[in-house]
Amino acid sequence: MSLAFDEYGRPFIILREQERKSRVKGIEAVKASIMAAKTVARTLRSSLGPKGMDKMLQSPDGDVTITNDGATILEMMEVENQIGKLMVELSKSQDHEIGDGTTGVVVLAGALLEHAESLLDMGMHPLRIAEGYELACKVATENLDNIKTRFEFSREDIEPLVKTCMTTLSSKVVGRLKRPMAEICVKAVLAVADLERRDVNLDLIKVEGKVGGKMEDTRLVEGIVIDKEFSHPQMPKELRDVKVAILTCPFEPPKPKTKHKVDIDTVEKFEALREAERTYFTDMVQRCKDSGAQLVICQWGFDDEANHLLMHQNLPAVRWVGGVEIELLAMATGARIVPRFQELTADKLGFAGSVKELGFGTTKDKMLVIEGCPNLKAVTIFVRGGNRMVLDEIKRSLHDAICVARNLVRDNAIVYGGGAAEISCALAVEEAADKVTGVEHYAMRAFSDALQAVPLALAENSGLPPIESLTAVKKRQLQESNPYLGIDCNDTGTNDMREQNVFETVIGKKQQLFLATQVCKMILKIDDVIKPSDFE
Amino acid sequence: MALSQQSGILQQGASEERGENARMASFVGAVAVADLVKSTLGPKGMDKILQSMGRGQEVTITNDGATILKSIYVDNPAAKVLVDISKVQDDEVGDGTTSVVVFAGELLREAELLVNQKVHPMTIIAGYREACDCARSVLESISFNNQSDPALFRADLLNIAKTTLSSKILTVDKEHFANLAVDAILRLKGNGNLEAIHIIKKTGGTLQESFLDEGFILDKKIGVGQPKRIEDARILVANTPMDTDKIKIYGARVRVDSMAKVADIEAAEKEKMREKVRKIIDHGINCFINRQLIYNLPEEMFADAGVMAIEHADFDGIERLALVLGGEIVSTFDNPDTVKLGHCKLIEEIMIGEDRLIHFSGVALGEACTIVLRGASTHILDEAERSLHDALCVLKETVADARVVFGGGWPEIRMAKAVEELASRTPGKKALAMEAFARALRALPATICDNAGLDSAEIVANLKAAHGAEADSRMGVDVVRGEAGDMAVLGIYESFRVRQQVLLSGTEAAEIILRVDDIIKCAPRKRG
Repeated sequence: MSLAFDEYGRPFIILREQERKSRVKGIEAVKASIMAAKTVARTLRSSLGPKGMDKMLQSPDGDVTITNDGATILEMMEVENQIGKLMVELSKSQDHEIGDGTTGVVVLAGALLEHAESLLDMGMHPLRIAEGYELACKVATENLDNIKTRFEFSREDIEPLVKTCMTTLSSKVVGRLKRPMAEICVKAVLAVADLERRDVNLDLIKVEGKVGGKMEDTRLVEGIVIDKEFSHPQMPKELRDVKVAILTCPFEPPKPKTKHKVDIDTVEKFEALREAERTYFTDMVQRCKDSGAQLVICQWGFDDEANHLLMHQNLPAVRWVGGVEIELLAMATGARIVPRFQELTADKLGFAGSVKELGFGTTKDKMLVIEGCPNLKAVTIFVRGGNRMVLDEIKRSLHDAICVARNLVRDNAIVYGGGAAEISCALAVEEAADKVTGVEHYAMRAFSDALQAVPLALAENSGLPPIESLTAVKKRQLQESNPYLGIDCNDTGTNDMREQNVFETVIGKKQQLFLATQVCKMILKIDDVIKPSDFE
Repeated sequence: MALSQQSGILQQGASEERGENARMASFVGAVAVADLVKSTLGPKGMDKILQSMGRGQEVTITNDGATILKSIYVDNPAAKVLVDISKVQDDEVGDGTTSVVVFAGELLREAELLVNQKVHPMTIIAGYREACDCARSVLESISFNNQSDPALFRADLLNIAKTTLSSKILTVDKEHFANLAVDAILRLKGNGNLEAIHIIKKTGGTLQESFLDEGFILDKKIGVGQPKRIEDARILVANTPMDTDKIKIYGARVRVDSMAKVADIEAAEKEKMREKVRKIIDHGINCFINRQLIYNLPEEMFADAGVMAIEHADFDGIERLALVLGGEIVSTFDNPDTVKLGHCKLIEEIMIGEDRLIHFSGVALGEACTIVLRGASTHILDEAERSLHDALCVLKETVADARVVFGGGWPEIRMAKAVEELASRTPGKKALAMEAFARALRALPATICDNAGLDSAEIVANLKAAHGAEADSRMGVDVVRGEAGDMAVLGIYESFRVRQQVLLSGTEAAEIILRVDDIIKCAPRKRG
């Protein structure tokens, strides 16, 4: 195969160095791929649901991360296998698209492939399986549309949203503080949400963190937080209703870009230069003062003398503020970015309601909080946590909760969680399968079985007998035709997910089904894997 | 593990441990770390020698849990969690760093037994959580608050400081140091800025000779030929170059064609510096403190004018000085009328051991103070500083939240009792976890006894009986006499915040580790 002959009968090599490459073909290839995908799915399986276990991941540098966020686990596992990477991509795309359900989608894909494997053993062609899956997926998503309900909330009545976020947060590290955290998330989302257009720009929510302090200290800042402090230790620490000048020129003597030399050969010139230098500083500060600015934010550094003059003139200033933050500040305060002192005029100033320097605990870190800006759209969630590990995990949890709130703002159609939607879809697919003849019939049945893997895993992780719980719920769903029954993970004594307030967005669920089916199809279509063998 | 390597999902050199294996690995790691620091707990705890890997093989001797854990290199991920927890405890409240690790370790040890009995980790966590809530409310209810009465409150603070110090090297002089620490903290007047307490370490003398100075001591020298003692000082705190005042305009250079002109320019330069010094002196000061160097020429001029000039006070020093003296940090000297000068009653040079230091007394803001530590060697001084820091942190927390509890394992016994009662009312497997929680709580006083070479089983059982017989018994471990004793009489008090933090952080750490069922180690980064 790797050797071919040209028209003169001379051999030439298509695949070089055959012995250094490994290659699998045909059904073997499909099975190997399935195997790899299953392994990845199996790792994540125990992290599903509110009682899901965490994974401890040690990075190449020895840092430890503990998380049960599917996307994060897969990202940090540094999967090498190509099929494994597909699964990682799968979970990432769910993360980007929806931000939640990253574990579920991988578990589902794993289950689909597992069932495909047994169908392969029956001698079915991989593509026929894939087609059957697609058909079943269509049935399932249609069923989702049938069972979905609307979730009502408004800007005034945020309680339902808070409850939803609390459900998301309850399984995370912040479980202890789920109520305040959920409120922070919902407020942040609503602050930047455009309810008319049902759109939320998540870029406007900045999640900033600083190691130290308690989780309780996490708060929502309706403005901007920058990791800087006032340039002089004796400047006032808190300002109210200030006019802000934003400068991108340093408080330093000019440095023309043209190469030049100022030659000094007499004492007079020396004196003149000295005088010029002094007036230069006073001029700069005077210009700022004259424009009416009460706070100077500068992208560059200050000379000691300028710094003192600023302090002396009662003009608080911040130096070395990064470019991105400068732009954000300019947007929020409505100030124009001024590149030269000469161009600083009163109408180029912005406004801020309050500027505060916050100190933290015993450590000396300080940050500036700028609030009450006229063009308020940006908010910052300022996260505190004991160490980097906890901090990162809080950030991830908040991200999840924010995404959930955002999805509900975007589209308030929901289905109930706890495996209720999956079971209902499984039943629908099973019913549809009975009406189909041909090979697809088996594929659809397999799809239905795979769907039940999610509630199965949920029950298992929650310490419930998996098969008994699942069959009991399934039976009740059939008997009562009530699609809101799911696995009672939190041991509250009811299977009705409406009472437990456990739900997911329809888009999220649909996305899960689509993505899992697609990846499954993609993997089933591979029939030849060529890769270089391991480096020696 | 075998499976993942077969299919080659992970990179070469990476490893994955699942389920039981993973749990086992994390239990072993965490318990090992807990056992490592266990022997340092309590007033009779032992010290550890830590030798650094770096150049010089520096040696640290300490029994501060956070310091020990910070210095050791652990490879086990679960152990790292415990190290982190102790760091948090250190940052948050400054003390109880050993207790929290020992407590988390005990919780995990108990959890391991339960897991072996086929109790699901999530059930254990649920039990621990409920037990923790119960213990927390008990702790709150048994704490007491004496803030309204300054004398009692001071006594409380003193007792807390003594309890904290008793487990450290300073235990011999704990009375002395407890007084030092309480005085220092009370001077802050509720403002929790420990920065204002300056600790200077000077070898020589004995620990007993350490003292608290109400003024401020700067570890710098006064310029030659300048007054060594100034009464009623007016001080200018500055940050300005006093070597050669270089020209800041870019690209300027001096180019001359004769020696005479060089001399002229040099003269002009000198004149410039003279003028600067004159301006500074015109502020009407008699002490000048600069962050940067002061060269000989200006130094001489200051000496001529009878002004004390102190050079090279580093940035922290300058900021603290400005804070203490109430002056502003100045960099230009053209308008002397508006500059705020610092004041103090007396500046003098004092001798501590061999070294000369500058002492500012009668400062405007009485909030700052200096503690001078004396001791036989740098190791002792370092450890003394750490111990004092712990005590100061705890006191600071207590000033902020004045609730106190008794020490000597008293709160643990009380909490364990309440948790056990809760367990007896709770149906289901959770109750097992709660009982385990109670046992873990009792392990703390038991460890204190063990470290003191006492019969821990006997004493803890006696304590338990005493608390069982009398609802509000005040019995705790009396390490000195080796029996159960009345904590109020012995004066063993602890800050409520510290105990609460130990309880919460310890439970949280145990929970984090229990929740893990899979450890994935990435291949170590290849180093060039």
